[in-house]
Amino acid sequence: MSSTTVKPSSPTTRPAASPKAERSLSAALPDATVIKWLRDMVLIREFENRTAQAYQQAKIGGFCHLYTGQEAAAVGTIGAVEHDDPVILAYRDHGHALARGMDPGVCMAEMFGKITGCAKGKGGSMHMFDKPNWLFGGHGIVGAQTPLGAGLAFASKYEVEVLKRSVDGGPPKKKVTLCYLGDGALNQGALHEAMNLAGLYGLPVIYIVENNGYSMGTSIERGTTMAHDLIKKADAYGMEGRVIDGFDVLSLYDHFKPLVDLCREKQVPAFVDLKTYRYLGHSMSDPQKYRTKEEVEQYKAKDSIDALAAHLMNVRKKKDGSPCLTEAEFLEMQKDVKEVVRRAIDFAEQSPAPDPEAELYSDVLVNPQPGMSPIREYHQGAKNPLL
Amino acid sequence: MTATREIQFREALREAMSEEMRRDERIFLIGEEVAQYNGAYKVSQGMLDEFGPKRIIDSPISENGFAGMGIAAAMYGLRPIVEFMSWSFSLVAADQILNNAPKMLYMSGGQWGCPIVFRGNDGAGGQLGSTHSWCVEGLYSNVPGVKIVIPSNPYDAKGLLKTAIRDDDPVFFLESERMLGDKGHVPEEEYTIPFGQAELRRGSWDQPADCTLVSFGRPVNFCLDAADELLKEGITCHVLDMRTIRPLDMESVVRSLKQTGRLVVVDQCWPFASVASEVITQTCERAFDYLDHQPLRVNSDDVPTPYAKALEAAYLPNKGKIIGAVKKTMGLL
Repeated sequence: MSSTTVKPSSPTTRPAASPKAERSLSAALPDATVIKWLRDMVLIREFENRTAQAYQQAKIGGFCHLYTGQEAAAVGTIGAVEHDDPVILAYRDHGHALARGMDPGVCMAEMFGKITGCAKGKGGSMHMFDKPNWLFGGHGIVGAQTPLGAGLAFASKYEVEVLKRSVDGGPPKKKVTLCYLGDGALNQGALHEAMNLAGLYGLPVIYIVENNGYSMGTSIERGTTMAHDLIKKADAYGMEGRVIDGFDVLSLYDHFKPLVDLCREKQVPAFVDLKTYRYLGHSMSDPQKYRTKEEVEQYKAKDSIDALAAHLMNVRKKKDGSPCLTEAEFLEMQKDVKEVVRRAIDFAEQSPAPDPEAELYSDVLVNPQPGMSPIREYHQGAKNPLL
Repeated sequence: MTATREIQFREALREAMSEEMRRDERIFLIGEEVAQYNGAYKVSQGMLDEFGPKRIIDSPISENGFAGMGIAAAMYGLRPIVEFMSWSFSLVAADQILNNAPKMLYMSGGQWGCPIVFRGNDGAGGQLGSTHSWCVEGLYSNVPGVKIVIPSNPYDAKGLLKTAIRDDDPVFFLESERMLGDKGHVPEEEYTIPFGQAELRRGSWDQPADCTLVSFGRPVNFCLDAADELLKEGITCHVLDMRTIRPLDMESVVRSLKQTGRLVVVDQCWPFASVASEVITQTCERAFDYLDHQPLRVNSDDVPTPYAKALEAAYLPNKGKIIGAVKKTMGLL
């Protein structure tokens, strides 16, 4: 069924918080922070463009899900938490990995299946893990990351309440876990078990539904009950729920940051219906017959990068009253980003593939023991490039 | 006193958990009815009183949810013990325990391991019917990245569980409802039992025998009964208790086979692609020339587990079937 309605804007009993809401929080951020967000969004856009090219050139294999159009969602939410707050993702994960600080070369090398990738070429596009950046992975099975999100929140709360120290021996710290899912995961049992557990135990995890309106080719109304009012699902599990516009990164931050603060302070869960839209297909092999070109164009017209760039150039002023960003600076930023991504591609291309003799049987067990496999013994492989 | 102390299998499990929890505050126990109810099978009796509700945690009936929660807590740096009331119920958590726990280290290129123990009752409990009588070792031992432990007596249960809790990898620990009340010698002194070391329970390494019986978990006890019965007829057996399935101590199997020339594997799983199949395959790969008769397996019958007492008894491995198999390898049947 092809649809001409614009899914994420379809009638809701609780409309997304208005993008025109007061920008007190984002207005108070240093200009450099907001400019960095723009740069991150431009980086994700460019990175995904080059990923698509590399995929078409068969340099990237398997499944590959691009984030183009959704950039503000990752950048605005990750921008609202601390560096050591745990983050866990579904499989459309390149954007979050970059927003979280993963080296673009390491991210690209993973997709190229190289030893220099974040998982040494053993994970691929759907499995972006970055321990130094507290990124507990992209996860390939729809919804499977949601019980894990509860577990990360459980562990951080356990540090505070039981260990009274961090697992590494440092002082305890109240943390918030961000657990991302697509709207397709709304219908997986795992999510409902996880939300019940989070509500029951009071776990500081925020389930962020990146609601792009489609689970693959199925529009949200065709697969999900109460699609017009997802917050009722949060109500059912006794947690805070918010509908947030995911196109305007500043508005997103203004509405999301107070929720993060609440969850951190009170150590409770929350649920966010984050309205967003993907410009490209579900994966690289999607002809997109389930939606119209007009619908896509309608969303592109409110592109989050264009909007933020325009805001920084025309509205937001520096302390001296001059524009926060000049057109020349924006062009320079885009040029820089292109160069960064070009280098990432070069790095991925020039990196060696994992050597099967050294890597096929490594990273299976932390503590390899004789007799584990009838084929050969497991062993320790090369050190992960991120560690 | 300590030299002869006898305790139940369930007490041995409880001692292992409690001792480790006293040693390491990162360890917690989560599962259905483990806390206020004192354990559906009283394995965790009294642990809530000692450790409190933040470390002995009652879960709702959400195996996939709490298994996944435990997995991420382990990645983060805690040491969870997750109790399945029955391993039969682990099937609804299959995605978490088979996709996430064993593969996290590999998928993350060595960044995150998963030091977690899943434990609970495995195998037929006594007229529980087909959905509640699963022997999961046949299915789960197919998956790389997990260690699988299956003790046959209280002493091993305690020593192996302590090793499991200290291990840095995911461990599936398979108990049996039918053995929880079994009593056995368990010293008060601290001990652990390493994985991958089978124990010879009948016969002697330097004495030849007529047949090697290889088993693990509850059916080891059937093998001991069968060996004792066979001895009355002058037939001698090595009974090898594997104790862990992964790692699998094939060195000991081959060592015994060199003394006997005959092999019967007794396994409560279904026969097709079972642990018994694996033991026999590896035996053929490593020690074909030592076999004087084709290896035989005694499994549960290849049907869903029946309810009726007579049908269930006919279905499970037992002393009579084992005796028959041993005699068959000797050309006596």
